[in-house]
Amino acid sequence: MVEDNQITDFLQRLFADIDYVLFFTVLLLISLGFFVLYSASGEDFVMMKRQAIHVFVALSVMLVVSQLSSKLLQSWAIWIYLGGVLVLVLVLVMGTVGKGAQRWLDLGFFRFQPSEIMKLGVPLMVARYFSEKSLPPRFIDIFWSLLIVMVPALLIAKQPDLGTALLVASAGLFGIYFSGISWKWIIGSLLSLVVAAPLLFHYGMHDYQRQRVLTFLDPTSDPYGSGYHIIQSTIAIGSGGIDGKGWLRGDQSRLDFLPERHTDFIFAVFGEEFGLTGAILLLSLYLFIIYRGLYLAFNGSDTFSRLLSGSLAMTFFVYLIVNTGMVSGVLPVVGVPLPLVSYGGTSMVTLMAAFGLMMGLRSKRRLY
Amino acid sequence: MARKLNIKDERNEIQLFRSRAIIAGLLVTIALMGIVGRLFSLQVSQHAHYVQLSRENYQKRIPIPPVRGEIFDRNGVLLAGNHIEYVLSVVRDKVDDLDYKLDQIRLMMSLSDKEMRKIRNKIRVNNRYQPVIIKSNLTEQEIAIFSSNRPRFAGFEINLQMERYYPLGEIAGHVLGYVGRIDKRDLERIDKSEYKGTTHIGKAGLEKTYEMLLHGKSGYQLVEVDSHGKQKNMLDQKPPVAGNDLYLSLDINLQIKAERELKALEHNGAVVAIDPNNGEVLAMASVPSYDPNLFVNGISHRDYSLLRDNPDRPLYSRAFQGIYPPGSTIKPMVAIAGLEAGVTDSQRSVYGKGYFSIPGSKHRYRCWKKSGHGHISMKRAIYQSCDVYFYDLAYRMGVDRFSTELSKFGFGKKTGIDLPHEKTGLMPTAAWKEKRFGRPWYPGDTVNIGIGQGFWNVTPLQLAHAVGIVSMRGKNPRPHLLQGVRKSKDKPIEPAPVQLLPPVVLSNDSYWDVAIDGMHHVVQGAGGTARRAGAGAAYQFAGKTGTAQVFGIAQNKSYHASRLKKKLHDHSLFVSFAPLHKPKIALAVIAENAGGGSKVAAPLARKILDAYLLGDTEQSDKNKKKSKNSHKRKNKNKHKDGKKRKKHGKKVSNKKYKRKRSR
Repeated sequence: MVEDNQITDFLQRLFADIDYVLFFTVLLLISLGFFVLYSASGEDFVMMKRQAIHVFVALSVMLVVSQLSSKLLQSWAIWIYLGGVLVLVLVLVMGTVGKGAQRWLDLGFFRFQPSEIMKLGVPLMVARYFSEKSLPPRFIDIFWSLLIVMVPALLIAKQPDLGTALLVASAGLFGIYFSGISWKWIIGSLLSLVVAAPLLFHYGMHDYQRQRVLTFLDPTSDPYGSGYHIIQSTIAIGSGGIDGKGWLRGDQSRLDFLPERHTDFIFAVFGEEFGLTGAILLLSLYLFIIYRGLYLAFNGSDTFSRLLSGSLAMTFFVYLIVNTGMVSGVLPVVGVPLPLVSYGGTSMVTLMAAFGLMMGLRSKRRLY
Repeated sequence: MARKLNIKDERNEIQLFRSRAIIAGLLVTIALMGIVGRLFSLQVSQHAHYVQLSRENYQKRIPIPPVRGEIFDRNGVLLAGNHIEYVLSVVRDKVDDLDYKLDQIRLMMSLSDKEMRKIRNKIRVNNRYQPVIIKSNLTEQEIAIFSSNRPRFAGFEINLQMERYYPLGEIAGHVLGYVGRIDKRDLERIDKSEYKGTTHIGKAGLEKTYEMLLHGKSGYQLVEVDSHGKQKNMLDQKPPVAGNDLYLSLDINLQIKAERELKALEHNGAVVAIDPNNGEVLAMASVPSYDPNLFVNGISHRDYSLLRDNPDRPLYSRAFQGIYPPGSTIKPMVAIAGLEAGVTDSQRSVYGKGYFSIPGSKHRYRCWKKSGHGHISMKRAIYQSCDVYFYDLAYRMGVDRFSTELSKFGFGKKTGIDLPHEKTGLMPTAAWKEKRFGRPWYPGDTVNIGIGQGFWNVTPLQLAHAVGIVSMRGKNPRPHLLQGVRKSKDKPIEPAPVQLLPPVVLSNDSYWDVAIDGMHHVVQGAGGTARRAGAGAAYQFAGKTGTAQVFGIAQNKSYHASRLKKKLHDHSLFVSFAPLHKPKIALAVIAENAGGGSKVAAPLARKILDAYLLGDTEQSDKNKKKSKNSHKRKNKNKHKDGKKRKKHGKKVSNKKYKRKRSR
């Protein structure tokens, strides 16, 4: 009985830090994701099973991460960050080729994508950096924080993995934004980005990235090549109409016209089968999760917690907007999955870990 | 923490963060509203457009070609039908070891290296989910070999395909014409939506004239395909509507008889037989002919060159595309024309001294009878074919009067028969010559056309038509081949309308009698030019010989066939109708370069008349003996040649092809 008590006590404490509002919304979204995935995968049970394993692992990670205290995280942040940068350098030097880019580090028994760690590592480090400073930050603080963000982001972009680089950079930049950097700087840098964009296009991009941008500007210029994705996904969404064609009835996805439909382009399947009504419902769920994340950050007890939760919530937003923008044809094609819905374990685990962090930071009672 | 508190303003930082968080929340809301706006534009504003694009993606309309209507003769004998052809095809996607399997197939189907290369190339280029034809027209043996090995050849399939065929081969080839693969020129004149899935179109003959009736309406299957072109489900379908069956006025046995007799002459030639009561063409033979089956699947270059470069020009029909001087065959019509023009009367006689000269000229227009016919009446001039009489008559009429009167019999105009590319022939006038040669019409030109020579040209069809008009005393139905149309196998045959052309009305009906009596006397009177051909006939009939000069003979020379090349020998012509009263058949026969009309064309015409009016009993008896053991059936067919019979006769008299008259 004593042991029983200990176990229940442990479980109680384990789940004590869960923010149930966020947790259940996320679970709802994930279950919705299963429905879409079932259709998008062509009713493939094997894929469903694998995704279930991904979810199980991700939830476990979330539970574990939610136990970590602000203090612990602050002290780990620098090591996670530095370790991550080191591995990124290693990947560039000796990484194996996968999907035409050097992203994976093969440890023999385990292949993993170190850039994924930096989605958490960079905001952790930025939050950690500003937690010691007086805010709003001084110029020199901004300089250092930008360096913290740009070094890993550029390393990842070099792999080249523009999608992850974008997410990593935006995670850090939102950290800087939340630190209270003055609007002059924000607007100034946005303007200079607009000026620098053409230069970046000509000198800072790989051919395939440049092609993607060109195709984004005019998908019909290459209807069977790189424009094919965008054309087919807009056809899928557009033909869905207001009510959609119904679950499992999306012709575009069912008949294999929609490429990568169970991963990056799953939103098009959703839009085709559930229409505008379903899409608004889905986006509302996402909006609610982002709001909840910002709310948790809003009530954060210290600077570190606030900055980290805030930037993680906004990273989730960037995920969403880059993916839906790409699938609906308003943003260029960048390999970013639809968070919590697209098939795949890596981003699922990272995202759930981020939610775990956000949940843990709002409370003061800790297991460890 | 306390250490840092002195430089950090916690409350201010919280305020700062909270304002930033609220702004971030707003940003998120606005951005997502932007996405919703985009979705609204795609899913609501442009919905119809994208639905269309989506359909174009996954819906594929597979056309189903209609079955082409069949063509029968007046007794229901099949002349053009469709037979099922077996085709071996392969779907690349379903085959494991393609190269090995193809080598195996090659052993079964005996394909050449070149064919194999073509097939491999086609398979490589083609969509891997769509069938590629390996071999068409499979033999029964090939089908059997493949079928027994079927399980080893997943992805290979034998399919049915309809193919046009002409069971009688060359018989009536020019009349039926043929179908061939649709080419660029055809595409310009057809409604493409109606021809989706159709591969063949009428290219010549009746197949071309009645393309609209024969073709039918194509149907389709609407199927769902995936992005690789693989068919998934059938969404909708519309069955095709078969084309109309055509029943011709042609009597195929008479046609065979005509072609056989012409061939036996070993001269090129034509026979046209018309029912003068209604213009129905009973036989239309032209020798040499061609086998329309050669054209169905694309004639080989070699075969085509052989036909095209053959000096006897088998590709064109002498019956309605060959133009010849009519020779003396038109003398009865010229006589009528003279009477109608009022330049003579039937009692007036002319003195035939062996030649005719225009007053004031020394040029002699010779009669075929050097010694001359002496005093000769119109009727005798017809049955003895006195040239001098008609030189004189034409000279009296003058060219324009002559042309006007004879045009009434259809000369110089297309008859309007339902066959493409009919030739007009030529009924010359003074104005025509002036325009054509820039020279005036000379009186001598008129003299020449008086005996059907000179500039006057006719087709055998025009001759038969004109003789028909005479036989019916002016009644003038348009010659045609289509007798009836059947919309489908379970419907009755609807008769095709008979078109009546303006009748030839004479100021005195007895003028007909002169011409008809004269023609009767030609074959069944003392001194008639074709009395030998008319001897012993079981019925009364009428005819007129013609010998058309191909080669102009100098004034002081005479014609000796043996000294001339065959091409320059006279054409032998004969026109006829029978029976004399209530005629059932009007006939024109021409045998090129065969000499005098009475010697060649007239006896041939007699055989045809006998066959049509009496039934050629003597010969069908012979046939019965020959084919005693092969078929139990009523043999209506009159083939002489046993070898030929085997090829065609089987189909001609096969009961399967007999028309079932619904009433």
